[in-house]
Amino acid sequence: MKTLKNAYENIGLPRLIIGLFFIFLIVTSIALGFSPAALFSDVVRRWLMYGTLVLAMVPGIQSGIGLNFGISLGISAGLFGSVIAMEISFLQNWNETLGAGAAWLTLLLALLFGIVMAAALGTLYGLLLNRVKGSEMTVSTYVGFSVIAFMNIVWLSLAFKNGELSWPLQGQGLRNTASLSGSFGGLLSNPDVVQTTQPRWLHWLAFRVGEFTVPLGLILVFGFLCFIVWVFFRSKLGIAMSGAGENQLFTTSSGINVDRKRIQGTAISTVLGAVGIILYAQTYGFLQLYNAPLMMGFASVASILIGGASVRRAKISHVLIGTLLFQGILVTALPVVNEVIEIGTLPEVLRIIISNGIILYALTKTKGGNQ
Amino acid sequence: MDNQYLLSMKNISKEYYGNRVLKDVNLQVRPGEIHALVGENGAGKSTLMNILFGMPVIFSTGGFEGEILLNGEPTNIDSPHTAMDYGIGMVHQEFMLIPEFTVTENIKLGREIGEPTALSKIFGNLLDKMNWNQMSAEARKSLDSIGMMNIEDYAKVAGMPIGYKQFVEIAREIDKTGIKLLVFDEPTAVLTEGEADRLLDIMRLISSKGIAIIFITHRLTEVMAVADSMTILRDGEFVAREEVKDTSLAKIAEMMIGRKIEKLVDESILEDRALSDDRIALEFHDYHVDMPGERVRGMDIQIREGEIFGLGGLAGQGKIGIANGIMGLYETRGDVIAFGKRLDLTKLGEALRNDIAFVSEDRRGVGLLLGESIERNITFSAMQIKDEFLRQIGPLKILDKAKADQHTRDMIKLLDIRCTGTSQEAGSLSGGNQQKVCLARAITMKPKILIVSEPTRGIDIGAKKLVLEYLTKINREQGTTIVMISSELVELRSMCDRIAIVSEGKVFSVMKPDDSDAAFGLAMAGVREEVSA
Repeated sequence: MKTLKNAYENIGLPRLIIGLFFIFLIVTSIALGFSPAALFSDVVRRWLMYGTLVLAMVPGIQSGIGLNFGISLGISAGLFGSVIAMEISFLQNWNETLGAGAAWLTLLLALLFGIVMAAALGTLYGLLLNRVKGSEMTVSTYVGFSVIAFMNIVWLSLAFKNGELSWPLQGQGLRNTASLSGSFGGLLSNPDVVQTTQPRWLHWLAFRVGEFTVPLGLILVFGFLCFIVWVFFRSKLGIAMSGAGENQLFTTSSGINVDRKRIQGTAISTVLGAVGIILYAQTYGFLQLYNAPLMMGFASVASILIGGASVRRAKISHVLIGTLLFQGILVTALPVVNEVIEIGTLPEVLRIIISNGIILYALTKTKGGNQ
Repeated sequence: MDNQYLLSMKNISKEYYGNRVLKDVNLQVRPGEIHALVGENGAGKSTLMNILFGMPVIFSTGGFEGEILLNGEPTNIDSPHTAMDYGIGMVHQEFMLIPEFTVTENIKLGREIGEPTALSKIFGNLLDKMNWNQMSAEARKSLDSIGMMNIEDYAKVAGMPIGYKQFVEIAREIDKTGIKLLVFDEPTAVLTEGEADRLLDIMRLISSKGIAIIFITHRLTEVMAVADSMTILRDGEFVAREEVKDTSLAKIAEMMIGRKIEKLVDESILEDRALSDDRIALEFHDYHVDMPGERVRGMDIQIREGEIFGLGGLAGQGKIGIANGIMGLYETRGDVIAFGKRLDLTKLGEALRNDIAFVSEDRRGVGLLLGESIERNITFSAMQIKDEFLRQIGPLKILDKAKADQHTRDMIKLLDIRCTGTSQEAGSLSGGNQQKVCLARAITMKPKILIVSEPTRGIDIGAKKLVLEYLTKINREQGTTIVMISSELVELRSMCDRIAIVSEGKVFSVMKPDDSDAAFGLAMAGVREEVSA
């Protein structure tokens, strides 16, 4: 009885409710005749797809800026890095000169540009957040919205030659959704892409076991990122940063510049956001520009809150659990709803209601832990 | 004869969670007199006033014992509202004024004068139209009655000098009809000297109109100047009721401090220190700290190596600012010299790097990472400043968990920290154990100078004894120079070699622990007078 109670206290009511709902959805969808393997493949894929974006919340929370709604800043940097890399790849004609390596070089270049830009923007963003202490989350929400609006102008005015990116029959502006199929799309996670375009010795990156897809490349990359963040928060710098987030006066009296730690935390969060969107696009197979990333910040925030984080404390386990529950419910709910209700766009409406409902529920749990 | 008294509080006792803060206290006030209520911090003055006002905090913690008589009639004051109905008013230490309202609005707040309108006839008098003329006329009248002709009743309170705000607050209380008793809670603490004199005049003026005043203060000179009689409290106990004309400053001071001989530190700890004026550990020259509420204004002290140096004084006089300035939490001016080296306090962590560690008086606010483990709390500073408990792996310095764990376990044993393990959250520990964690963090730095601020505030007697004994022990055995800041004079006198009394941000006098009670009392009150007792 006591162990049961302990287990309950460790899990906490919110995760219990959402977890049970998730299980209910899985059981229902299997009962409705969906293939469990396909379903689980989808859950795993979405989990890894959003994982890094959720992971980006951790440095923000730990360094004391709270939930980084302004992750769109990092996302924009990542998207910008990606389109630049793709344009360079197109102009240099890498696909012909480098063959299978072209996609890899484009991916690395996108990451490189994205990270550099995100680090610079994140630092400036950190400076801003230091000036609005106490209302970081409000400000970061609006920074997130503004940067999307600004990037809309940028996307519209870029005159790229790459036909995958630019509007057809027009000189200026990028598409809403650019396919990555000729580039780094699916390189780490899609068996079809890996098995057809990559040399044999790379086929382990993504393969199928029966109907179940194992995106091993993506699992390794995401796992590595989680490990890096985990190690970082056991390092001297990371511990100082956690201290700054927990108690500014304590940390100052231990001789640490709290403002600088907050800027570093914000920058790291932004960089992870950039890496996150590139991995997202890689998995999804498309670059989504314009307003697509507008609400991604909210989904990330909701995920980590559901995972059990608070506005002040977050752990890697919160990222893993939260993303699994949040994305898992979205993935499983849609086919179930589709099956049960067959009227026009109602399933889509229901999907929006469910996802925003989870976000709303998560936001009431900002105290975190087991309340 | 009770009838001669307007207010008579009899045998008042009060416990907070088993901790007796008032024991059989009596307080009597005659109509129209100024009665001073004096005592050190924590003597029970505020609790007594909270009882008089029927504050919810009293009733939510189990009420009180004893009775309150007004004009000889027993009363049952169970809420601040009833107290107001009985004609008891209070001038607060922190002003209860709305800055964006005018003087009139503030004075009349909650007691506005309305005129019925069509709407209010239907929906009730909350929709009355304000009768501004009458309201400002009445506000004017009460301002005039305390001699404040130059405060405009239509001015906004925001931006007024502090003294004026205090006068507005008094005018508001006077304006209440039927006011019989007015409590002034340390009204002069925030005022300049001129304003304070003015306030004393106003108090005389009010009492000449037949309104009795209870005057709570630390400043004994003001008591002597203005009060007719006084009640002295010490440690929640009633000491005496004195008529001012029959007593003297020295006598009051002595009664306030009292002879509380209680050996907190075991004497068996051997003493073989040789203190010398030639070896100075820490030195302050014209030291200023800009800490709100605890300003230090030009301080000069020399603390000898190996000494236990006490800093005492009343709250708000600046003794706490001294330590917070050194640790870089507030801006400082002037020189701080540690072992002959001038510290540049604009650099964060300067004191820590020069072997000065600090235990904060604000455990929960400054001293601890409440949400983190005991281990993280204890090792944090040493890790950040001295790179201890770390392993170099590539470019990163990574936590050496085993070492940190071992050290934490040693500390838990050494200081007898009651916890479930090294990973328990600091926030879930009791006050005394939290304090031990703070102390453990400081000594993990292996400091040459240890500054402890209010080390025994809010902790139980067992933990208190352990903490003080441990401080004495590291002083004797490791030669650590200890600067101890405390409001508890007994504590300072039981273990310090010298005690500096801080008053108004400066060292008032440096005393020996065996100086007389009267001398300490006077120094605390900031009174310079030759004592011949």
